[in-house]
Amino acid sequence: MQTALASFACGLLFGLGLLISGMTQPRKVLGFLDVFGTWDPTLAFVMASALLISGLGFSFATRRARPLLAVENLWPTRTDIDAPLVLGSILFGVGWGLVGLCPGPALENLASLSPRVFGFVAAMALGMVLHNVWQGRSVGWSNSGGPVESPLDG
Amino acid sequence: MAGFDPWTALIGGALIGVASALLMLLTGRIAGISGILGGCLASGAPDRGWRLAFIGGLVIAPLIGGLFGHPLPLPEMPANWAIIVAGGLLVGFGTRLAGGCTSGHGVCGIARLSSRSFSATVIFMLAAIVVVAITRHVLGA
Repeated sequence: MQTALASFACGLLFGLGLLISGMTQPRKVLGFLDVFGTWDPTLAFVMASALLISGLGFSFATRRARPLLAVENLWPTRTDIDAPLVLGSILFGVGWGLVGLCPGPALENLASLSPRVFGFVAAMALGMVLHNVWQGRSVGWSNSGGPVESPLDG
Repeated sequence: MAGFDPWTALIGGALIGVASALLMLLTGRIAGISGILGGCLASGAPDRGWRLAFIGGLVIAPLIGGLFGHPLPLPEMPANWAIIVAGGLLVGFGTRLAGGCTSGHGVCGIARLSSRSFSATVIFMLAAIVVVAITRHVLGA
C-alpha cells in the first residue's frame, strides 16, 4: 500500500513536470526535433534539468543499501549495446517523430479525452503486447514462470 | 522559438528529476514509462499495483495542474488516423524492444551514466529528427 502511494505521488510529480514544461504538447516536441526549421530548444532544457536532479538523487541512492519502502534497489543490469536496442530505438524514434508523443506524455494526454490520443495509446499498448507475445515465442519465458522482472532498462 | 520559456522548462524538468529520484529512493524502481506500462500488459504480471498507481498519478496530474494555473493544453494530433495508429504501434513495440523510452533511457539511464541508454537516446533522437525533416521539409506536410 505504501509502495502504491509512493508510486502514485511520483507519477503525479512526473506528470506535473511534463505539464509545466510543455512536454505534453506534441507541437513542442516536434519543434525540438525540427532542427532544420524553427528550432524549439525546450526539450533540451527539460532534459538537462531532469538529468541534473535525477543524477544527484541516483548517486545518493547508490550509497544506500535499500530503498525506504522495498527490499532492494532494482537497478538495470545490462550494459551491452545489442541489435534489439538499436532496432527498437530506431522504431521508437520513427513513431515519436511521426506523432510527437512518447509513452509518458501519451498516457498523461488521456486526460484531454481526445479520441485521437485514445487511439494512439491503444495502438501503443497493442505494440507492447505484440512485443511481449513475440518475445514469449522467441525465448519461451511464458513456459518458465512468467515474465522476468529485470533486465528492463526503464 | 515560439513559446520558448527556459524557466518553465527547467522547473518542469526538475520535477521530472525529483519524481525519478524519489521513485528509486522510495521503491527501488526506475521511472521508465514504457517499462511501467509494458509490465502492466505482460501476462501474469505479479506487480501491477505500483505500476497502475504511477500511471494513475500521471493521468491525474493535469487535474492538479489545472488547480494551480497549469491546465492541460489540448494536444495537437495528426489529422490522419493511419499516422496515429502507425506511430502508436512503432512507439509501443520499439520502446519494449529497446528496453526503454525517453524517460527510462533518456532521463534515468543517462543519469546513471549507462552507455547503453546513452546510445539508445542518440539513436531514437536521430531517427525522430530524420522523420520530422522528411515530413516537414521534404514532403512539406
